[in-house]
Amino acid sequence: MTQSVVVQVGQCGNQVGCRFWDLALREHANVNKKGIYDEALSSFFRNVDTRSGGDGPDIYKGKICSLKARALLIDMEEGVVNEILQGPLRDVFDSTQLITDVSGSGNNWAVGHKLYGSQYQENIVEKLRKAAEHCDCLQCFFIIHSMGGGTGSGLGTFVLKLLEDEFPEVYRFVTSVYPSGEDDVITSPYNSVLAMKELNEHADCVLPIENESLFDIVNKIHQMANSGKLGSTVKQNSLVTSSAGSAKTVQEKPFDAMNNILANLLLNLTSSARFEGSLNMDLNEISMNLVPFPRLHYLVSSLTPLYTLADVNVPSRRLDQMFSDAFSRDHQLIQADPKHSLYLACALLVRGNVQVSDLRRNIERLKPSLHFVSWNQEGWKTGLCSVPPVGHSHSLLALANNTCVKPTFIELKDRFMKLYKKKAHLHHYLHVDGMEQSCFSEAISSLSDLIEEYNELDATKGGPRTDPPRLKIAV
Amino acid sequence: MSIVTVQLGQCGNQIGHEVFNAICSDVHDTHGLCSKKENESYRDACKERFFCEEQSEVPVARAVLVDMEPKVISQTLSMAARSGYWKYDDGSHFCQKQGSGNNWANGYSVHGPRHKEVIMNLVQKEAEKCDRLGGFFTIMSMAGGTGSGLGAFVTQCLRDAFPASFLLNHVIWPYGTGEVIVQNYNSVLTLSHLYKSSDALLVHENDVVHKICAQLMNIKQISFRDINQVIAHQLGSVFQPTYTAEGGLHYSRNPLGDLMETLVPHPEFKMLGLRNIPQMPENSLAYSTFSWPGLIKHLRQMLIANAKMEEGIDWQVRPPCLGSSIPSRHSTKKPLHFNTSVANLVILRGKDTHSVDLGSFRDPSLYTSWLNPKDAFHSWKTLRAFNKYEKLASLVSNSQFLLKPLDNVVGKAWNMFASKAYIHQYTKFGIEEEDFLDSFTALEQVISSYTSL
Repeated sequence: MTQSVVVQVGQCGNQVGCRFWDLALREHANVNKKGIYDEALSSFFRNVDTRSGGDGPDIYKGKICSLKARALLIDMEEGVVNEILQGPLRDVFDSTQLITDVSGSGNNWAVGHKLYGSQYQENIVEKLRKAAEHCDCLQCFFIIHSMGGGTGSGLGTFVLKLLEDEFPEVYRFVTSVYPSGEDDVITSPYNSVLAMKELNEHADCVLPIENESLFDIVNKIHQMANSGKLGSTVKQNSLVTSSAGSAKTVQEKPFDAMNNILANLLLNLTSSARFEGSLNMDLNEISMNLVPFPRLHYLVSSLTPLYTLADVNVPSRRLDQMFSDAFSRDHQLIQADPKHSLYLACALLVRGNVQVSDLRRNIERLKPSLHFVSWNQEGWKTGLCSVPPVGHSHSLLALANNTCVKPTFIELKDRFMKLYKKKAHLHHYLHVDGMEQSCFSEAISSLSDLIEEYNELDATKGGPRTDPPRLKIAV
Repeated sequence: MSIVTVQLGQCGNQIGHEVFNAICSDVHDTHGLCSKKENESYRDACKERFFCEEQSEVPVARAVLVDMEPKVISQTLSMAARSGYWKYDDGSHFCQKQGSGNNWANGYSVHGPRHKEVIMNLVQKEAEKCDRLGGFFTIMSMAGGTGSGLGAFVTQCLRDAFPASFLLNHVIWPYGTGEVIVQNYNSVLTLSHLYKSSDALLVHENDVVHKICAQLMNIKQISFRDINQVIAHQLGSVFQPTYTAEGGLHYSRNPLGDLMETLVPHPEFKMLGLRNIPQMPENSLAYSTFSWPGLIKHLRQMLIANAKMEEGIDWQVRPPCLGSSIPSRHSTKKPLHFNTSVANLVILRGKDTHSVDLGSFRDPSLYTSWLNPKDAFHSWKTLRAFNKYEKLASLVSNSQFLLKPLDNVVGKAWNMFASKAYIHQYTKFGIEEEDFLDSFTALEQVISSYTSL
């Protein structure tokens, strides 16, 4: 069994991270009734002996004493992290695994990446090493951050580069929240494009997320829960947006519902690695199957179902609906429509009481309406995990390597160019030591190249299928 | 003689467990339909083959379990122990933590060399427990990373360490519509490597077994457990003891050797397919009666028409007239594909097996011309019924059964290779483009050989 370490950077990263840890505890509590520290728990938590006060030695077996998250919390201002440390999760975090500063990054990628990067490099490496040492077999780093700000974007991508240098064998999965069009941070296009270059070069897999999509999903759920249809009451703790049953008792923050969706995404992504199933899908398999060319590692994700109705009997029609929903535009976590674009690869991770025949039936059913690239017509990777998420009898996570990410990148590029042409706000960046104009031009060219790669693939869509001639053998 | 089973990867371990289950439950069955003496003889032969009974109350399977991550092995070991009828040797397993990530190169070039010594030590230990070693039976899937990549490496090591032993690989052919995206690459690499070291490859296709579960076994929501149980039943029907000689006095003691001798006359032809008749849910068995002539007729047509199971057989396919080199064709509406065989083996179990007429299988027109039909067909029998089937016939065939699936897999893999997709994942671990090309070449050769039968 392998372990993963979560590195949460910046305000967004830490808020999402916080929700993740809360829901992870809830999920394990649901499954692990005996309170024994098992391998599933050890993938994200350490079991620490705190009886003698403070940080004791790790306990590898036996009863749970005190669970500590395998996490590193980084923020250049103290507000968010302090709040976490005063909240119900304070004991879950190791006080030595925090890096904070006071003044923040001022929504400036250069400040986050160049200034704080060099300032905190040694500290970060030391703390990462410590986290790695506590792991028996470290498989993956998860970075959670946003692209539009300064810390998450700048310092987050600096940490990404550090991870590649210091731990080249460990996978780097990045969950990035992309800014929406009406983002109130004016320089978010700069920050995002500068960060994209780093993601292009140093990440193994990126899961782009857009706030707009999360917001739409949250609204949809509200409508459903409040519509009060006769005979159908929604199980509260099954909402993909809910914190019910977790440590957090009051849900007042506006972003909490949205962040819970992201937390559930990460839980589902790692479920097969933690729990048993008839067809396991580990994290290294996700990278292997979904990344056909090194730079095309952006995966569009969707989670279904968004909620469960209280009646327990689930006809297979409901199950099939879950599969259909996973491919519909309004379940995607970015503003994209994978059905009308080109699939390079698709992964389906099913949890709960679903068997291989259900999986096959639905793949056969949905395949004709999807466009797959000519050299990967059967580009499906599937996984079956027996343990469902809390409140559900089954669930599905779909990860698609699809050209529908292209519009998001093109928009980003356009917004960047709008500012860049006028050299608006550039001086804030160029002031920072180590930052030059070439950083900008390299970043935009990296993004353009990426868009071009997707364009080339799109051009093959719908074209005539000419299979290459096979090898001829002398008889 | 005893067979040592090596279970590789998630699939290999899940199936291996079901196989030992099926064999054990058959042996404990009281519906043997034969004399007590016969039953005891059968049971002893089976135990010698698959189990070791030395210091334990419960028979211990002669098996080595290998996987690169721990979840499946720990499940397999505990499920076996819980049955109370048999178990695995507590020390006979090896696992790591990270898995192979569906990456053949990772399994073959990294895990293989790294863990060769430990794995081969476990195999050696099992081999030494046998009074006489009859050979090795490996179970693996082609689509993943451990079963396929590490499996290919271990097969090579077995061949090197035991050059005189028989080596049979049981290979699971993945579903056509992906379980794993890089399954065609992994399959091509696996098959080409196994062909070099193994004596024969016995193949089960997931698609075929799935259909059997759906149409013959009437299972509504088919799970991998259902699929594995059908596979285990079919394997059991081949490997349980039989009399290989007419009028033989005792059960054959060299199952793997006998299998190779009868079915693999030429090293270019190693692909074996398996068909069973009848196949039905357990609760229907009591209500069904069959006649041997009926079963044999169906089985023969399944062979000729390349039918996957006893439903939906195409009866229009007929063997070619001897003397003409063109297979007979019906009207041009449907081209008829006749399945030519290199060699066939029919295994009969149950009531009245001594009186069954198998002449139709000796028809020379079924076979390729370069073997004497006398040498191309064999049959094994026993009066002892298997797994509650009053009559059961199994066909192990070295024929064009697997030609189309093989051609499909190579075609798809080649298509993907031409675009160079995913190649960087393999070169990262030391498998280069030339290695791929070598594998493609080897398999095109196999395809060409089978096509020209």
